[in-house]
Amino acid sequence: MPRDDAPLTREQVFDAYRTVLRARALDDRRFVLNRAGKLAFIISPRGHEVAQVAAITALEPGRDRFCLYYRNFAAALACGFTPEELMLSAFARAADPSSGGRQTPGNFGSRRRGVVIGSSTVGPQIPKAAGIGLALKWKGEGALCYVSFGEGATSQGDFHEGLNFAAIHHCPVIFFCENNHWAISVPQALQVAGPGVAERAAAYGIPGVRVRGDDFFGVYDAVRDAASRARAGEGPTLIEAEVLRLQSHSTDDDQRTYRDATELAAEAARDPIPRMRDALIERGWLTTESDDAMREQVSREVERATEAAEAAPDPDPGSLSRHVYADA
Amino acid sequence: MPERNLVQAVRDALDEEMARDERVCVLGEDVGLKGGVFKATEGLQQRYGVQRVLDTPLAESSIAAVAQGLSLEGFRPVAEMQFVDYSFPAFNQIVNEIAKVRYRSNGDFSCPLVIRAPTGGGVRGALYHSQSPEAFFCHVPGLKVVLPSTPVDAKGLLKAAIRDPDPVIFLEPKKLYRAERQEVAEGEAAVLPLGAAAVVREGVDVTAVTYGYMRTVTVQAAARLSQDGIEVEIIDLRTLRPWDVETCARSIHKTGRVAVIYEANRTGGFGAEVAAELAERCFASLDAPVSRIASPDVPAMPFSPSLEHAFMLNPDKVADGLRRVARY
Repeated sequence: MPRDDAPLTREQVFDAYRTVLRARALDDRRFVLNRAGKLAFIISPRGHEVAQVAAITALEPGRDRFCLYYRNFAAALACGFTPEELMLSAFARAADPSSGGRQTPGNFGSRRRGVVIGSSTVGPQIPKAAGIGLALKWKGEGALCYVSFGEGATSQGDFHEGLNFAAIHHCPVIFFCENNHWAISVPQALQVAGPGVAERAAAYGIPGVRVRGDDFFGVYDAVRDAASRARAGEGPTLIEAEVLRLQSHSTDDDQRTYRDATELAAEAARDPIPRMRDALIERGWLTTESDDAMREQVSREVERATEAAEAAPDPDPGSLSRHVYADA
Repeated sequence: MPERNLVQAVRDALDEEMARDERVCVLGEDVGLKGGVFKATEGLQQRYGVQRVLDTPLAESSIAAVAQGLSLEGFRPVAEMQFVDYSFPAFNQIVNEIAKVRYRSNGDFSCPLVIRAPTGGGVRGALYHSQSPEAFFCHVPGLKVVLPSTPVDAKGLLKAAIRDPDPVIFLEPKKLYRAERQEVAEGEAAVLPLGAAAVVREGVDVTAVTYGYMRTVTVQAAARLSQDGIEVEIIDLRTLRPWDVETCARSIHKTGRVAVIYEANRTGGFGAEVAAELAERCFASLDAPVSRIASPDVPAMPFSPSLEHAFMLNPDKVADGLRRVARY
């Protein structure tokens, strides 16, 4: 577990890089399975993986709370979900730990891991995180609540209500906006007035930070600083990580129909994963050989996870009415 | 036993539950030093402090969301919506988030909390302080809905709602807040079970199923009909979800006739559901069509006394409706 003053270890970065590779490989496999008619619906983290894993690496799964959103596939892995568990969710199997196959994959939840069950509406987790933050402040154990969302969610009233409340009460919350500049087909220019999301923090009297989402160490540092402030009782921080949406909004969307082909090609060339790999090689923490070996290992994991999840049983139709109320 | 009106009974229930269980907290607009616009939280902040009796920003979605966050962390929040008419900005939080937490997490998470709100008209509150939207909430599996009409019921059911493992919408007929005083029990003796109706007047000719302020109106109507030789059996549902079908069916087996009396506008009102269920359950016992006595289908209750009077059900209108059913 990272401590506020402890430097990031090589082992942690290695784990983070493996998680990034896992997310990408699992996602690629999910798309193949979707095109083969085996998975109904997928939301891809492609382009967001490095930012997501860097953020979670700066926090303490098991101690902190995480209100994730539907693009947080890589973040979920970083919070401790296994490849098999995420494949169980993709196949909507009974053993899906988030919802037992009730929700679309991407609505992550696990009480023991502190991952607060999500929903598919946009933004409601933001004021909810403020409430969780208030409770954590009352408990006084130094835990914090991390909440993530896209830039589209910042148009919701819940974004304002959540930041306002958390700022008033100095709640230990990190608001993490993954700005990929597109909300399905609506570009940032039609979504966000002003220069961006981070500047809005000023209105709430809290720090607002913009970071490059493909810079693992930059995101890690920003989140670690925000965590230090939160744990010290200094209140929330708004972080805007600029990322690329290298995949369509979902498997039911095709961004080639509304985005410029040249721009898409240029973005594909800026994939954050090779950049992270190069940064690690530059530090002497990774070699092309160890990178290949890790990718090979991840590929086998994905294979095993897919096979296990595909073979797992569907939910029992008789369970449809369970868990509506405590007594049923 | 102390004599209390309905709003004092609500206050006593909050006070006793806060004293009994330190996880119980109150939040909402003006609930603190002012003690609520109807004085339902009067004195609680002085007694329990600014943390446990929290004045929130004027933003209903975050009131519900923060309550949810507190509940997910083990607190037992009682949130106040200043008027139920103002709860609609919180509708997404209530319906999509709070009500579905248990179901969508396959039982991993739950969200016990109470949302209190004054409801109903007849107080010159006009369009936005008079609505009776209980049907919106009754339509939602995962929620419980309570609507008491006496001080004893208000206290007993609110105490039960706060202890309930599931989210409860607790609607308080504001016209009855200071209408009647009753001797109200204290402590454990005061608690009443959710989901149980009360037979408040026995009769053999026609069953009147009602709730909230319409109980008072129906009791007055029944006194007039008694002079004409028509004896009305009145059932106050008290809890609308789950509602007590059995008590209603037993009465109909005796009377063979039933009218459902509700203050909301007629179409799609909760009374329509009651009427449909009773028609299906009790068809063989019925000597007359199941009837609804409800408010007109206009958007809401107007301000002018003449228009308010024209909108509201009163003992004359209810007596006319019941007489038609009795003489069918």
